[in-house]
Amino acid sequence: MAESIEEIEFITSLSRPTKGCAGDTGEWRVFRPVKDETKCNNCLICWIYCPEACISKSDIEIDYQYCKGCGICAEECPTKAIVMVKEEKR
Amino acid sequence: MVTLKSLPEEELFLAGSTACHGCPSSLALRIAFKALGSNMVLIVVASCTSVLQGSYPLSAINVPLLNIAFAAGGAGASGAVAGFKALKKRGEIEEEPTVVMWGGDGGTYDIGIQSLSGAAERETNFIYFCYNNEMYSNTGTQRSGATPLGAWTTTTPAGKHQHRKDIAQIMIAHRIPYVATVSLAYPLDFYQKMQKAKSIVGTKYIELLAPCPPGWKFPSSKTIEVSRLAVQSGMWLLYEHENGETRFTAATKKIIEGKVKKRPVKEYLEMQGRFRPVLEKPEGKEAEDLLEKEVTESIRRLKGWVPEYI
Repeated sequence: MAESIEEIEFITSLSRPTKGCAGDTGEWRVFRPVKDETKCNNCLICWIYCPEACISKSDIEIDYQYCKGCGICAEECPTKAIVMVKEEKR
Repeated sequence: MVTLKSLPEEELFLAGSTACHGCPSSLALRIAFKALGSNMVLIVVASCTSVLQGSYPLSAINVPLLNIAFAAGGAGASGAVAGFKALKKRGEIEEEPTVVMWGGDGGTYDIGIQSLSGAAERETNFIYFCYNNEMYSNTGTQRSGATPLGAWTTTTPAGKHQHRKDIAQIMIAHRIPYVATVSLAYPLDFYQKMQKAKSIVGTKYIELLAPCPPGWKFPSSKTIEVSRLAVQSGMWLLYEHENGETRFTAATKKIIEGKVKKRPVKEYLEMQGRFRPVLEKPEGKEAEDLLEKEVTESIRRLKGWVPEYI
C-alpha cells in the first residue's frame, strides 16, 4: 500500500489539443471553395463565419487540408469572390 | 468600436474537428474564445460539443475542458469556481480563470435546469452559455423544451403541438446580473456581449440560437442565413438584460424602433425542412399564426423590462 499521496499513481483520461483531431477533414469535401483574388476586398466576413477556422485572417488563405466544404464562405461573401467548385475524383 | 479587423487572430478552436459541415456550435466556440481569451476553463455537459471536440487522446479545443454529466452543468461550474478561488487564496494561481459552462438546449432547458437554477441562486461567478438548436441533435434529433411549435423531430413526426419555453426570462427572474441572447449572423454583437459578460461578477447567462443543418434540414451553407432570418422574423430576439433593464440590440432593435420592417415568420419556416410536414397540412396556417402570436407576445413581455416603453 502507498505510504503517502505522492506515491499513488493517478491515471486520467486527458486529451491533448491537436490540429486535425479527426484526421484530414478536407477529405470530407464535395465542393471546394475557390477564391478569386481580383474580387476579394479583404472584408474578413468569410474569416469570421468559417465554422472550422480554415481561413487565415492575415491573407484570406483557405486551408484545404481541413476545409470540409460547407459553403458558408461562398454564401456570405458580399463580392462573390468565393465560388464552390465540385471536387474531381482522386 | 469593435470591428472585424480588431478581433484577435489567434484560434483556440483548432481546425479539423469532428463537427458536421456548417456546424453552428464550432463557430460559436471560435467567436466566444476570441472574446474571452485563453485564461478560461470550459465545462461541457453532454451535447454535440462533447463529440465535436474530437476523440481521446486528441482534442480540437485549446483551453482546459471538463466533460461532465448532462444534469451537472451548473454544479460542475460551481465546483470549478470554488476550486480556483481556493487555489488563488493559497497563492498557487495569480488570476482566477473565466469559468464557462457550455451546454445545449437539452442540458439547459430540460435536464440541466435544476443545477443551473441552483448555481444562479448561489450567485456563482461564471458564464452559462447555452447554444440552443431547439432539439436533441446529438442523439438523433428528438424534441426538447426548446423545440418551437410545429417543428418536426423524430419524436414529433407531425410537428410539435406545444410552444417552446422562454428560458432567458426564467434566468431574468433569478435576478442575475447579466442575461443576453446572441446570434451567429451578428458576430460583433455576439463578441461584445461575451466580453461584457466576462467583465461582470456573478452568474451570467448567454443564449445562442444555433441552426443545425442536419437537424433542421437545410443546406450546410445556409447556417448564417437561417440565423439572420430568425432574427429578422422575430423568431429569435436579440437583447441584453442588465440591472433590471432590458436593451434590444442589433437587428431586433431596428425592428422594435420601426426602422426596419419585421419579416413574416413564414419566410423563416419555409427555409427549413423541419417545418415542411406541418406547412403541407391544412393546419399549417394555424401553426404559422400561433408562432406569429408567440413573437408578438415575446416582444410585449420584453418591452415590460425596457424603461422607454413602461
